[in-house]
Amino acid sequence: MTIDLTQFHDAFFDESFEALDSMESALLQLDTGSPDPELINTIFRAAHSIKGGSSTFGFAETASFTHSLETLLGELRDRRLAVTRTISDLLLKSVDVLRTMLGAARAGRPIDMQSVADLQFDIELIIVQRDTGVAASPSPVTSRPHADPAPTRDGAPTAVAAVEWLIELRPGPEFFARGTDPVRIFRELAVLGTLKVSADLTALPSCRDMSPEWCYLSWSLSLLSDAPEAAIREVFEWVNADCSLTITAADPVRAAKPAMPSQPPAPAAFALSAVQPSAAPQAGASQEPGSIRVGVEKIDELINIVGELVITHAMLSQISRSVTGPAADGLRSGMQQLERNMRQLQESVMRVRMLPISVVFSRFPRMVRDLAQRLDKQVELKISGETTELDKTVLEKIGDPLVHLVRNCVDHGVEKPQLRSAAGKSAVGTIHLNASHRGGSIVIEIRDDGRGLDHERILAKARASGLVGPNDALSVDQIQELIFLPGFSTAEVTTDVSGRGVGMDVVRSNIADLHGKIEVHSESGRGSRFVITLPLTLAIVDGLLLAVGDQTYIVPMTSTIESLRLTPSQVTSIADGREVFRFREEYLPIVRLYKSFGLLPRARALHEGLVVVVEGAGRRIGLFVDDLLSQQQVVIKSLETNYGRVPGVAAATILGDGSVALILDVADLIRIASRREAA
Amino acid sequence: MTTSPANLTTAAAHSQVLTFMIGDATYGVDIPCVQEIRGWSPVTRLPQAPPDVLGVLNLRGTIVPVLDLRLRFGSTNVQYTPITVIVVVSVLSAKGQRDFGMVVDGVSDVIDISAEDVKPAPELGTSATDSCVRGLIAVAGRMVVLLDINLLIGREFPATATDDSIQAA
Repeated sequence: MTIDLTQFHDAFFDESFEALDSMESALLQLDTGSPDPELINTIFRAAHSIKGGSSTFGFAETASFTHSLETLLGELRDRRLAVTRTISDLLLKSVDVLRTMLGAARAGRPIDMQSVADLQFDIELIIVQRDTGVAASPSPVTSRPHADPAPTRDGAPTAVAAVEWLIELRPGPEFFARGTDPVRIFRELAVLGTLKVSADLTALPSCRDMSPEWCYLSWSLSLLSDAPEAAIREVFEWVNADCSLTITAADPVRAAKPAMPSQPPAPAAFALSAVQPSAAPQAGASQEPGSIRVGVEKIDELINIVGELVITHAMLSQISRSVTGPAADGLRSGMQQLERNMRQLQESVMRVRMLPISVVFSRFPRMVRDLAQRLDKQVELKISGETTELDKTVLEKIGDPLVHLVRNCVDHGVEKPQLRSAAGKSAVGTIHLNASHRGGSIVIEIRDDGRGLDHERILAKARASGLVGPNDALSVDQIQELIFLPGFSTAEVTTDVSGRGVGMDVVRSNIADLHGKIEVHSESGRGSRFVITLPLTLAIVDGLLLAVGDQTYIVPMTSTIESLRLTPSQVTSIADGREVFRFREEYLPIVRLYKSFGLLPRARALHEGLVVVVEGAGRRIGLFVDDLLSQQQVVIKSLETNYGRVPGVAAATILGDGSVALILDVADLIRIASRREAA
Repeated sequence: MTTSPANLTTAAAHSQVLTFMIGDATYGVDIPCVQEIRGWSPVTRLPQAPPDVLGVLNLRGTIVPVLDLRLRFGSTNVQYTPITVIVVVSVLSAKGQRDFGMVVDGVSDVIDISAEDVKPAPELGTSATDSCVRGLIAVAGRMVVLLDINLLIGREFPATATDDSIQAA
């Protein structure tokens, strides 16, 4: 009788994927130096918890695979095998395979057993080779007090004689109800040696008094095995704490040796309680202390409510300013206190949704390593600022653009070692990934010391594909901007890594979707630098309030460059009543917002209003408005929930007086303006 | 008496209808759809929206579009005064719950009806109303036009507006 375990599956998968992530990151660190025993322990623990979970939840394939993996890791941990490149590659591959297996299991798809079996064979081959001394890698066993050959864990008996273990398992009544299956435990024990089981039926009541879900049985086991006590206890790790478990060695002196090789033999028999002391730190290390899993929708609801509170507060404080009388001072100071609390509340709630960017960065060491190997390059990836936190939604959406950029750096940026040496640079290229906070934004920088952007080639390519006219003179900045155009690629050979001409434009539009922007700075022969600026969160935007007629619009600060008042002499009229003005080195078209949105403005002549230079999708326009009002943080509200998408408008917000203001979608406005131009 | 067509009897046998005035005519909507009734407050215009979509309103933190039913049903002389009323209704669409406000001249009554009170509407001749009428109810000698909110909102708010609706500058 077992309860329905499927309700725990999601938690198991979540935890397993997390375990795989920590395994992978530990493996990648392991690669670069002498093996740190703590790292191997981390990997081992991760594999072990996946194995335990898999067998509990009946994913036999995963359990069997992780068992082999665990055996190999055990060898590494006990220093009977040295960490070689082959082994670390094999382990990384295992992480991939496990990820696929668990992914398939979660989606209920069949698992590609062939690749699993192949890899499992490779792993077992290494273990067997070590056992038989074929691949005699020098095992750096120095701390081992006994000179006798190392005992194998579950192979044939060697120099250490088998010991008879007496195990008493007296479970509590809820043993079965918690999903424990004693048969599975016995089966696992049987692998370790010769097992005899006898069940104690004395507590069994008559059928009438019996509760079908309760466990009335207890067992006495005798196991003849050379396995250390820890290995036997491990089998019982998934047994709940309400069981009484006693493990005694029939011959304690001999039994103590393999279990605790670095300590003097423990005296006399020891009857430990079910919760073995060494298991406690293990479990503790694999779990974040004091954290709980909370559904994202609950957090979003919380953020929404806090957003409402911000608006209500703004409304109240506006009213409180007009209040007079004896209570007015008290009210105003109360409002100030409320504002402080609100700001704290808002920050705390926002922080709940914030995750360190290491969540995204962590995939890059592996990716760069694999890619460099494939492309025959030597690349060192340096990561800094990985603890910088940003909103989960932003984090989820920034992953793909970053992957693309880093991939480009390895593929296009960093040269082959010979070329680098010839250019007087270190043969090993460096890619630096950095994240930092700057004001209310987060700045992610991807920098390489490769060949940089080849301006000549970019320009030639752009001319060839008609993106640039044959006689257009372009500034360096403008040339660098070309790489963000759709369909642009300078890669001579289309590889499976990059060069298919989809990419930088998608990168830019993805980042624009997040209200962010990307810039490129490059120096030929010295490398290039991509700088991404993103808002910390998608729930709030720092905006500039504009007035047109009786309406208020908001343009995100990240899109604004400058605002200026134009005199008629600065403006040139061109065909069809279109107007341009000179801004820094370029001519920008003027878009009159009142015309685009069909409003009655207060200012029609350009010198009566203001022009705000805005940027979106790499292009700039001058947006003509009546006036600038102020700059403030606004809570983003969807228009699409109850209405639909409005061209040129990204979303809406609620201002302090309770009225609704629309947030402009600058990229969309520019797109509409340029379509009109082309028409 | 003949049995009513099936589509008119989907509601419970007895239900309540909120009636309101537009010009001289009385209209009604099912009470369960009605979220609240509020006085007129200025709305924020939506660029290039259909003429009868006045704009959006802040309804306790949610952005709600406001539709002037009077314009929709062909009134030409509409005024917005403090006694102008917005009936906020809510429908369940494929996209989830959608709320919107309807501007009417005034709310009149809540009436109890049973399913057989709803008579199929004859062709009224104006396509604007035809498309969203569920039926007619005779109450105390007066005719109430029962509106189908789902049809009303489905036609009024396209999932996405197109760029072409933006006027050339």
